[in-house]
Amino acid sequence: MTQCVIKATQLDKYFGDLKAIDQLDLAVEKGQIYGFLGPNGCGKTTAIRMLTGLLQPTNGHIEVLGLQLPRDAEQLRTKLGYMTQKFSLYGDLTVYENLNFIASLYSFSSAERRTRIDELLHLYGLDERATQLAASMSGGQRQRLSLAAAVMNKPKILFLDEPTSAVDPQNRRDFWETLFDLSSTGTTILVTTHYMDEAERCHKLAILEAGVKRADGTPKQLMADMNAHVIEVSGAQTRQLKSDLANLPEVLSATQLGAQLRVLVRKDISQPLEFLRTQKFVNRDWQLHQVRPSLEDVFVTCTGQGRQ
Amino acid sequence: MRASLWRVFAIFNKELLQLKRDKMTFGMVVMIPLIQLMLFGYAINTNVKDIPVGVVDHSQTALSRVLIQTVQATNVVNFTQQFTSLEQAQRAIASAKVRAVLFIPKDVDNRLVQHPSVGLGLPESVSETVTRPIAQWLVDGSDTVIASSIKALRMMPLNELLDKPANRTFPTFEVTLFYNPEQRTAVNIVPGLVAVILTMTMIMFTSAAIVREQERGNMELLITLPLSSLELMLGKVIPYVFIGFVQLFIILGMGHILFNIPFGGNLAALALATLLFICASLVLGLVLSTIAKNQLQAMQMTVFILLPSILLSGFMFPYEGMPIAAQWIAQCLPATHFMRLIRGIVLRDVELLNMAMDLLWLFAFTVIGLLVAAMRFKKTLD
Repeated sequence: MTQCVIKATQLDKYFGDLKAIDQLDLAVEKGQIYGFLGPNGCGKTTAIRMLTGLLQPTNGHIEVLGLQLPRDAEQLRTKLGYMTQKFSLYGDLTVYENLNFIASLYSFSSAERRTRIDELLHLYGLDERATQLAASMSGGQRQRLSLAAAVMNKPKILFLDEPTSAVDPQNRRDFWETLFDLSSTGTTILVTTHYMDEAERCHKLAILEAGVKRADGTPKQLMADMNAHVIEVSGAQTRQLKSDLANLPEVLSATQLGAQLRVLVRKDISQPLEFLRTQKFVNRDWQLHQVRPSLEDVFVTCTGQGRQ
Repeated sequence: MRASLWRVFAIFNKELLQLKRDKMTFGMVVMIPLIQLMLFGYAINTNVKDIPVGVVDHSQTALSRVLIQTVQATNVVNFTQQFTSLEQAQRAIASAKVRAVLFIPKDVDNRLVQHPSVGLGLPESVSETVTRPIAQWLVDGSDTVIASSIKALRMMPLNELLDKPANRTFPTFEVTLFYNPEQRTAVNIVPGLVAVILTMTMIMFTSAAIVREQERGNMELLITLPLSSLELMLGKVIPYVFIGFVQLFIILGMGHILFNIPFGGNLAALALATLLFICASLVLGLVLSTIAKNQLQAMQMTVFILLPSILLSGFMFPYEGMPIAAQWIAQCLPATHFMRLIRGIVLRDVELLNMAMDLLWLFAFTVIGLLVAAMRFKKTLD
């Protein structure tokens, strides 16, 4: 029996008249890596801030680790780790000083503190950086430092707000490896991202747009349930086709990927290849293939409607 | 409780580390009191000397020249210009080339002879010529300090002018000056400077303290940590208590060396009064910090508090001379109370018990301010 560590129901958040989060329901199981995928400004950070007790929801009900938010926010603080989107440790302190500061706020004994910091420095490859000022480190190093600070107290839930936005692909891979390590020890991780490859790594995913949850499920399930066929059109002079297709109500999206045009056709068209071939502006020489949907396709079909 | 103290210490430690790296702020801690002490210690002087004045001499006699020399010898004024007409002289006053003009009429020798101080015997009291002064000052009266310095020349004795013992004036009162017999302005200014400089640095440092964490994004992290707002505030403020004492030491120490300010007081009393004042100022800074949205606003608010602390606290002008409403405002400022305390302790070695109200007020200000700041500081982002 899996147990839900984060439960949110009918969550609303207004900033003045602006509705940042609209009727969000959420259930995250223990040990999962749960992803929030969405464009910038869709409410990912707002949602995380409410789940960590930093913001009061306008309406709705939040339960994290069996504690009610925002009422029990103080109690929850020792059980959470939170890595902010912007680097929020002190640039004018060294790596060691930063970690030592965080550690001394949790009531560790000085021996415990030293062991834990050494352990983290080693784990996140910061041994040699211990005396370096945080401000002078690269994006990837700072991100590892932030993660080390966030997991200082071995939190049961870890919130990561766009953790890899300032990091190169290799560092991103390594970073995700450490996340899986944490997850395997039972830490629940809630991570926001707008990278598809990252989203695909999550155990479960919610796609947010304009504060509304458009879809959720495992990446596989989302791709399987996608409400469209994916057709790749390859051949010469396909550039014009994109705007021609855009006028068809049956076509949800058409986007150029290298030499191919990737076309999403509504699911209720039972013969999508035939449908496209019969269009008058589709050239006979072009090759059409139906392919497996990607997460990006899911994202586009979910969020396309409301986009202006 | 123990854990709470540790957390305060953690913040304190972090502040110290940051302060150590911030060379500019660290330098200001020492340089602000040093430079301001030099500036104000030398510059603020209510004993006016060498006011630039002109002269319109219509008599052009040996007597008028001696008169000018006699006036010059007082050192109050310095004759820099000669004018031929009164119109010319007035234009010079308007354009601030000179602050006053001495007008010597044609009949100055005649007037002098009839002047009572000359002692030639009083003419008949019906004569209109009796009371005529021998010359006239035209003064730019907009600056009251300069005006009153020149007004003080009205009764200048004329003995030297006549080279004979004239009628001596005998004082109505005998005056004994306690604590500052030589009437040096610095004696009053330097202890007051402690209050002004501490007001400035203490409020400035702490008003920026919380705002800076917000601006740099550190607050988002801090509020997710198990740390109460009171712990955060205490930890951030305590380092500045030490800085305040360093500044006190610099000002009074250098004041003693450079300006020979006597220190007659009790060290424990000085420490207690200063501690209370530092706390009150720091807490005031914290309250500002919870109001300000960014560091610039915090700075503006600091100036808003600093100006009345300089002008109304009794630093520049005697508190007793201010209108009642201004006195009420002054009473609200911690600087006013500390101004009395430190001048009392340093210059007059006053018994602290006699100034209990001022101490009590500073204490109450601190407690109330700390509560207000802790209440205003919310541990959420909305």
